[in-house]
Amino acid sequence: MTAALDVSRRTFLVTSAVAAGGFALGFNIPFGSDEAVAQTAPEINAWVVIKPDETVVVRVGRVEMGQGTLTGLAQLVAEELECDWSKVTTEYPTPGQNVARSRVWGNFQTAGSRGVRDSHDYMRKGGAAARQMLIQAAANQWNVPASECSVSKGVITHGPSGRTTTYGKVAEAASKLEPPAADIKLKDPKDWTIAGKPVKRLDTADKLNGAQIYSIDVKRPGMLNAAIKACPVFGGKLKSFDSASIAGMPGVKKVVSVGDNAVAVIADTWWRAKSALDALPIEWDEGPNANVSSESIAEMLEEGLKAEQAFVGNQAGDVKSAIAGAAKVVEAVYGFPYQHHATMEPMNATALWSSDRCEVWTATQNAEAALATAASAAELPVGQCEVYRLSLGGGFGRRATSHDFVRQAVLIAKQMPGTPVKLIWSREEDMLHGYYHPVTQAKMVGALDADGNVIGLHMRISGQSILATINPQGLQNGRDPATFQGLNPSGTEGVLGYTIPNLLIDHAMRNPPVPPGFWRGVNNNQNALYLECFMDELAHAAGTDPLEFRRKLLVNHPKHLAVLNAVAEKAGWGTPAPEGVYRGLAQHMGYGSYVAACAEVSVDDSGKLKIHRIVAATDCGHAVNPQQIEAQIEGSFAYGLSALLYGEITLKDGRVEQENFDTYQIMRMDEMPAVESIVMPSGDFWGGVGEPTIFVAAPAVLNAIFAATGKRIRSGPLTKADLRRV
Amino acid sequence: MASLTINGTVHEVDAEPDTPLLWVIREQVGLTGTKYGCGVAQCGACTVHIDGVATRSCSLPISAITPEQKIVTIEGLSPDASHPLQKAWLELDVPQCGYCQSGQIMAAAALLQANPNPSDEDIAAEMTNICRCGTYNRIKAAIKLAAAQSRG
Repeated sequence: MTAALDVSRRTFLVTSAVAAGGFALGFNIPFGSDEAVAQTAPEINAWVVIKPDETVVVRVGRVEMGQGTLTGLAQLVAEELECDWSKVTTEYPTPGQNVARSRVWGNFQTAGSRGVRDSHDYMRKGGAAARQMLIQAAANQWNVPASECSVSKGVITHGPSGRTTTYGKVAEAASKLEPPAADIKLKDPKDWTIAGKPVKRLDTADKLNGAQIYSIDVKRPGMLNAAIKACPVFGGKLKSFDSASIAGMPGVKKVVSVGDNAVAVIADTWWRAKSALDALPIEWDEGPNANVSSESIAEMLEEGLKAEQAFVGNQAGDVKSAIAGAAKVVEAVYGFPYQHHATMEPMNATALWSSDRCEVWTATQNAEAALATAASAAELPVGQCEVYRLSLGGGFGRRATSHDFVRQAVLIAKQMPGTPVKLIWSREEDMLHGYYHPVTQAKMVGALDADGNVIGLHMRISGQSILATINPQGLQNGRDPATFQGLNPSGTEGVLGYTIPNLLIDHAMRNPPVPPGFWRGVNNNQNALYLECFMDELAHAAGTDPLEFRRKLLVNHPKHLAVLNAVAEKAGWGTPAPEGVYRGLAQHMGYGSYVAACAEVSVDDSGKLKIHRIVAATDCGHAVNPQQIEAQIEGSFAYGLSALLYGEITLKDGRVEQENFDTYQIMRMDEMPAVESIVMPSGDFWGGVGEPTIFVAAPAVLNAIFAATGKRIRSGPLTKADLRRV
Repeated sequence: MASLTINGTVHEVDAEPDTPLLWVIREQVGLTGTKYGCGVAQCGACTVHIDGVATRSCSLPISAITPEQKIVTIEGLSPDASHPLQKAWLELDVPQCGYCQSGQIMAAAALLQANPNPSDEDIAAEMTNICRCGTYNRIKAAIKLAAAQSRG
């Protein structure tokens, strides 16, 4: 038994469903359960554990943050396993176990709408391999050829004799067999009976009665709580603090500096820690960014719009000549402000440190990255550290971009050896120390010939690169390829659907001193807004219906066209809308999926907008759980439209001005439109669903606003726009 | 020490009088189903019932609550998740990440208590809790389903 496994035995596991009675490999649940009830259950392979009571535990490397990936991946495994779906539960292996077992569970990172589309192959094979082993075990028991046996819902039958047994009964024997050779044949999706069906999520029940344990809810024996403040100016440092002045406050145990830019109060409860921290005199060295403001950032970007040098993302023909020779040139400048993830659960982590061991309990979209961060902060080898995954109260990319909160929690715990300390960021701390959706502007120049055909398009993006800060090794000779999401000439990730003979899409990278991050949808968000709104402008300039205009340009990309046609048809494009209601369209491809939307809005005489209905289509290749895809489509509109209506992080004196939901408003139920989803998987590829619909939310609404008012709004948030009709 | 009646049990809690009810529920009493989201009564993740009224507990100091007042948290809404709203939430697979759902359900329960047959407009006016995952339409549908099932 290794040390790592020993620790696992003592401490952990989180399942997505109530699975009392024991866990694979003898892991225990740490939250008040009787640890003595744990029992071992046979692991058929890394993905599948089957207990004597027939419970099937599917192990999932990706993490659930609301997007339904646990259920979807379990469906795919169960489909190949041919088990009884009602007996399926899931659990998370730890990153330490993944490292120790040569990353048998693959990539833990849960981002880029990759949960299903990047895991389906190895997980389905895991389910299929387990099925073969279980059947083989039964055949061995009966001393018959496996080819004479079949299985349905976990019951194995020997055809000739009619004998039956169950997975639970042969699991122990199956776990001792050699795994089958690698070339496992998977089912044809048209034969699916569990995958592809709108089954209920596996993780709902505990979310209805307070039983679900999120990272912020962790309790450990003897645990203390910490509240933290980091320098509100990005890049600033902690100069001094007067801990004596709060030493007598209730519950306070210790005041500690955290790295070179933060101070934390450790107390018996978090509220006491926060109250003392609020009373603590702190001096900051604000550093070189104390003068940064939204205005200074805008100046940087405006310069980039005109710069000579830029990285090229997509190029065809000679755009300069096309514009010079055009019958009509259309120009517009767009912008997309900083956005905050604003997960409902603020950043938090619990850490326990000793000189030879560090453990962290947290909500993360990438537990292996969290483990690396913990080990680095703990100054211990990775093998002496472990991260336990708890439910996420939202991720949206924040919990994938950086594990700064894990680093802080470990640095605090190091100053309280042997005592678990839970660090919770206040909402204000969370708002001030985000990794924000990057800020960009775009200058769009379109060239039309005398017949209104698009003969040229120059899209100059100016602004922030996420990779330059977060993952510089991802740059290609300085160029950030992710900047061009959805605008690429080829590939399977996000291809520009429009065929334009003379095209230039380029990026003048301008990186303000504000940490950028992957924010649900990432660069597709602004790219789709810029392009789809400008397409509407071009259609208008050409005097052509926006649907017909797009159709002509999408002829070479039938999947892009198909989703657009689907929404147009269902929304009734070309037929009269209800009185006072106007429509707008958008389409885009990203994360391997094709999406389109048709929005219906009205704007009253006072300029008040109402978004009545949105029809949305998604072609994600294979639809593993159609009702959860619909949930993602609906949620994507809430997220994307919240950004359009309200989302803007501004800077003044080097710090973020919005500190809570009173100044960073989120769209609420009264503004949520009806959403009609069209899930139209065309079957020969795997695309993501957690993000793509966000891309089309804002541009479809903005185009509808133009139809309603004659006004082009080229940057959010709409709270700043006057929508009264021109 | 303060005395609070939470889910039918009287708790003597060791907390300063200005401590928000939310943190007493979570830290002193140990019921973590009620969530911290903003601390300024904006998001509603901390919603509990006080004498049947939906209340944002993050901004209510315990000094403002008498021992006789009945506080109910999500854990005390029903003994076995059998409240019509919990059943409707399950039926329609409402939650995504789930973090705001305790507050949403508690807000909806108070709404139905006061208005057993709410219109879409009533629901939208009363349900002002934030959900970042965007489950609003399913929440609305589940409230209507629960109302319909309660009518029988």
